[in-house]
This record gives sequence, structure tokens and C-alpha cells, in this order.
Amino acid sequence: MMSKIVRTQANFLYPLIMIFGFYIVAHGHLTPGGGFQGGAVIATGVALIAVAYSYKNVKTWIKKTRLTATEAIGLLTFIITALLGISRSFFYNWLANTGLLFGQPVPYGINPGYLNTAGTLPIMNFAVGIEVLGGLGVIIMYYLHYIKEVSKNAV
Amino acid sequence: MIWEFLANNSPALIIAIPLIAAFATSLISRVSTRARNIWVILALVLTEIFVIILLYQVFNFGTKVYVFGASSYNLTLPPDSGGIPIRIIFVVDAMSIFMAFTASTVALAGVIYSISCENEQTGQDKYYTLLLLMTVGMLGMMLTGDLFNFFVFLEINSLASAALVAYRVDRGIAVEAAFKYAIISSLGGLMVLFAIGILYGQYDALNMAMVAYRMQATGFSNLDKIAMALLTVTLAMKAGAIPMHFWVPDGYGKAPGAISAMLVTTTYASLYGLFRMCFTVFGLAANTVTLGWFLIILGVLSMFVGVTMALVQHDIKRLMAYHSVSQTGYMLLGVGVGLATLGTTAFNQYGLAAMEGGIFHLINNSMYKGLLFLTAGAIIYRIGTSDLDKMGGLGHSMKYTMIFFMIGALAIAGIPPFNGFASKLLIYESVYQFNPILSIIAMIVSILTLASFVKVFHSAFMGPKRYDVKEVPLPMLVGMGILTFFIILFGLFPNIAMQYLVTPAATALSDPVGYITRVLGGGSL
Repeated sequence: MMSKIVRTQANFLYPLIMIFGFYIVAHGHLTPGGGFQGGAVIATGVALIAVAYSYKNVKTWIKKTRLTATEAIGLLTFIITALLGISRSFFYNWLANTGLLFGQPVPYGINPGYLNTAGTLPIMNFAVGIEVLGGLGVIIMYYLHYIKEVSKNAV
Repeated sequence: MIWEFLANNSPALIIAIPLIAAFATSLISRVSTRARNIWVILALVLTEIFVIILLYQVFNFGTKVYVFGASSYNLTLPPDSGGIPIRIIFVVDAMSIFMAFTASTVALAGVIYSISCENEQTGQDKYYTLLLLMTVGMLGMMLTGDLFNFFVFLEINSLASAALVAYRVDRGIAVEAAFKYAIISSLGGLMVLFAIGILYGQYDALNMAMVAYRMQATGFSNLDKIAMALLTVTLAMKAGAIPMHFWVPDGYGKAPGAISAMLVTTTYASLYGLFRMCFTVFGLAANTVTLGWFLIILGVLSMFVGVTMALVQHDIKRLMAYHSVSQTGYMLLGVGVGLATLGTTAFNQYGLAAMEGGIFHLINNSMYKGLLFLTAGAIIYRIGTSDLDKMGGLGHSMKYTMIFFMIGALAIAGIPPFNGFASKLLIYESVYQFNPILSIIAMIVSILTLASFVKVFHSAFMGPKRYDVKEVPLPMLVGMGILTFFIILFGLFPNIAMQYLVTPAATALSDPVGYITRVLGGGSL
């Protein structure tokens, strides 16, 4: 476990990283970024917590099996969203311009960017974000698994 | 109504079903092992059913297209696109569906075999996830009509196969093999991506038909030559042709039994990619005689060097891997002769027959080489070693495995009444008219193959009893039985395979204009 200064910093930064990550995921269809990038940003939050608080503590809070399940759920959401459009064709954007969730039509011309548009694209971005969070989280946890704890007196 | 819906959407469902199954496997394996096994088998059975539905459709109604994300599944040129196919399009002609049939059958046999072969191992849920992803990669490469999409499926396929080769660590040797395979695959993947970038930069399109159409219109430039060299060499490397074969013996030799069998079809997915690039993408613009001779030289080298390397091996799976290289040579030779004579009168005299022989040999080799790898896996499963010198006398107790091995060995050596004979005879006869020396080399290679398998058969199954082992469990025998069924069926009735699978495939592959018109001609049936 790191010193109190590092832990306080981590506590402060963690929600900001989360918000930034979710911002990138949610605005994937409007700004640069998207599901993969946002998910990777969120996964750095996991890495930060694991560095600040040692792996021993973190592994009781964040379980590898849950991260694997998150990954599977993200991937399934993606493919099932694609499959729901199959009455027209696979990957058909069945939500766009329907007036429902993310279904607002995009007005013509220069605009500031409307979040409630683009149909299935934001949903797939969320799915990829969840998947990448799970996948990178598992990778980080497996890497940390092999770190040796060094006592303060050894230095 | 429902039949029509399923038939029209089958190209998408062939990809979607194993993908959903792969992602859900890790969740379902938390319920129980049994549920997971049933789930995985069910997914591949469904995939096989859709492949057969699509085979029926393509045979009766010609090439099918499937446009992803369009408002109608067959709208290849949307009205607002300006005459360019902008979406990912699956173009399923007889050649694609022929390959998909081969791949899904071997995958089904492999997964049934795995159920009992792997049931005492750890990490099975990830094994089946990767196995399904590997199947998706293969099927995607075979069905797609989009260059970038081809690259994506190639990468899915490579990563999943590399992970599966390393699955049984075996004191690090398997990991080394997988590392080699992963390096080769990613290097190849980058070269493919670079070539696709060159083509995209010139023709503003990723659709194979569109690229071919514009390449023919503007002529074959020097950049196209670079792209063609990168694509053909990389895909030949992934197919295990001789100067680039070095990953094959390691990869095949160290993978689990069922995975070795599936790796054969994985390399044939790349071989299919090579044929598709040579015929459809570059066939109209490039000099097909040179390209054909390139394939023929690769083929003859692979045949001869592969079999001579196999003769000296003492590890049963390495030996079979070198034979796999050697058998790939026959396909390259057959299809290469077809490509070299494309568009001349010789094509109708013997070129098409050579292509049919090469393509028929592809499905035959997938079946009997798959069977041989499964029997090798069965031997290793029971006695725990792959060294031929330590085997012996297994025929006393593993009778069914011995019979399956005999069928596979006789088929690979081209002995009637098994399927290897039918396709090899076609290749010999047609290639002899093209160039007698090539045909004679092919026959000599076949004799050496027989010699090598007589050695394996004798040292593994004959002799006094050395191991007190039982026959392998039933699911493993069922997996081998599926492949044996096709070997005997295609051996006794080669005309069935020729009429419904091989001749349509060869005709479709040799007709790039038909392919292009099907995609760019509007999309309505």
C-alpha cells in the first residue's frame, strides 16, 4: 500500500477518471474516441486503485470472475444489438430516427452535436466500453498477480 | 416465409451464431460443464445447418450477397451512394460456401472430439470460446467480399489459433510454437493491411468486386504489383507453402489434437484467400500466366520438400504436419494450372479439370488430414507421448482408432476406394496435359507419402503389446467417425461431391466477371 498522500490523490482522481471515461464512451458518436478508448480510460482507474492500494486489498474489491462476466456481457450486448436489426439486415440501425432512445433525427447543417441521435451506435459504444473495461481490467489484475510485495525495511 | 427469412439471412447467421455462442460460453460454463458442452455443440450444429441451407441456395439460385446494416439485405448499391458499394458485403459464391462447408464440418468434428479429449484439463471455458472464435474467423474469411473485413477475420483467426496452439503449455515448447505462429501471423497481417491500404488509396474502395472492376478499368499499375506481391506471398505463408512453411510443423505439432485438425482448415482459409485474390481481385488486370506459374512453383516445392522432410520425422504430429505442407502443394499445383491457362482454349481442355482436382483435394485433405490428426491426438491422449519410437502394439487394444488411422493413411496416399484417389487422379490426368514433369513429381510424392504412412502405421499399431490401454471414449470416436463418413462417401461416390460441391466451386472461382457483376450489377436477384 502506498503512502497516505498517494491514496488521497487516488481517491480524488478516481471519480474524475470514471467521469472522463464515461464521457468518452457516451460521446463516441459525436467526438473522437468511443467505446474502446473510453473503456481503456476507465480501466486505468482500476490500475490507479491497484497501485495506490496494494493488489492484496484490491483483489477483494474487484473480482476477476466479475470482470470476465462484464466482458462477456459487453460483447453479448454488442452482438444482440446487431442481431435485433435482422428483420432488415444484420447490423441494421433499427433505432435511428425513431424518436425513441438515441432516436432523434439529426438536423441538417453545422450543429453543436446532439447526444440523443445515431440509434444503435451509442449502444454499441457502451457495449464496447463495458467489454474493454472488463478485458483490460482482467489483464491488469493478472499482471498485478505476479508483483512481489517489498517491505519498507528492504530498501 | 420463415424459411425464406432464414435462407436470406443465413450468411449473417453463419457468423452470428458462433460469435454469440463464443461470448456466452464463459457465462454458461458457470452453470455447469454439461450445459456448456451441449451449448457449444449446439452452436456448431446450427452453424452447419445454416451452411447447408446456404449451400442449397447457392447451388440452386447462384451467388448470394448479404449487405450488413443496409435497409435491405441485398441492397449492394444504395441509391445515395453514387454507385459505390459502401457497406461490408458478404459475397457467397459456390467457392466460398464450399470452403465454409469444409470448415464447419471439421470444426463440428473437432468440438465433439474435444468434449472428452479435454475434459480433464483446466481452462475449458476459454478453450471453447477460442475454438468458436477461430471458427468465426475461418468462416468470415471464406464468406466476406470486403478486403478490410477479410483482414479483420484473418486477425481474429490468427489470434485465436495462436492462443489455442499454446493451450497445453508442455514445458514451454507449445508456448514457443505459439509465439512463432503469433509473430508470423501478425507480420503477415500487417503486410496484408499494407497491401489493402495501397489498393484503397488507388481505388477508393474496399469491396473486392469494386477494386477488381476499377483495376481493370485503369490498368495494372506498379503499386498494384506491390500490393499483389504482398498479398500473395503473405497468404501463401499463412497457407504453409514451402519457403514460408517453418511455423507449420511447430504449430500443428504442439497444438491439442482437435486444434491441429482445425488448424488445417485455418490454413485453407488463407489458401482460399490466396485463390480469391489471384482470380477475383487481380485476375482480370494482372498477367495470370505468371501468377499461375508462381502458384505452380510454390506447389511443386511444397509437395516435394514437404514429403521429404516428413520421411525423417520421429514425432507423429510433426510428421503429419509436414505431410500437410506436402498436400497443400497439390492444391496449389492444381489451381495454379487452372490460373495459368485461364482465358485460353487450354482452360476448357484441362485447366478447369486441374482446378477441380485442386479444389476437390482441398476438401479431401481437410477431411483425412483432420482424421489423421484426431487419431494422433487419440494416441497421445492414451499413452502420453508423440514419439513414434516409444509407440508400438496399440492395434491390440485401440482397434477403432487403428481402423480410422488406416482409412486416413490410405486416403492420403491416394489408394482407391478412398477420396484422396479421386482428387489425385484428376490432378495427375489434367496436369499431365499441361506439363508431364509436374504430374510425374506429383505421383512420386504420392508414393513417398504412402511409404511414410506405412512406417507410422507399423511403429504405432503393429508389434507386441507395449501399453496396457483402453480404447478412447465414444465422443472422440464420433468426432473421427464424422470425418471418416465423408472420406468414404467422397471416395465411393466422387461424382456426388463433384456435381454439388467441386464443379460449381471451380466454375465460380474461374469467373471473376460473374462475381463483379453480381455485386455491382444492382443487387436484386
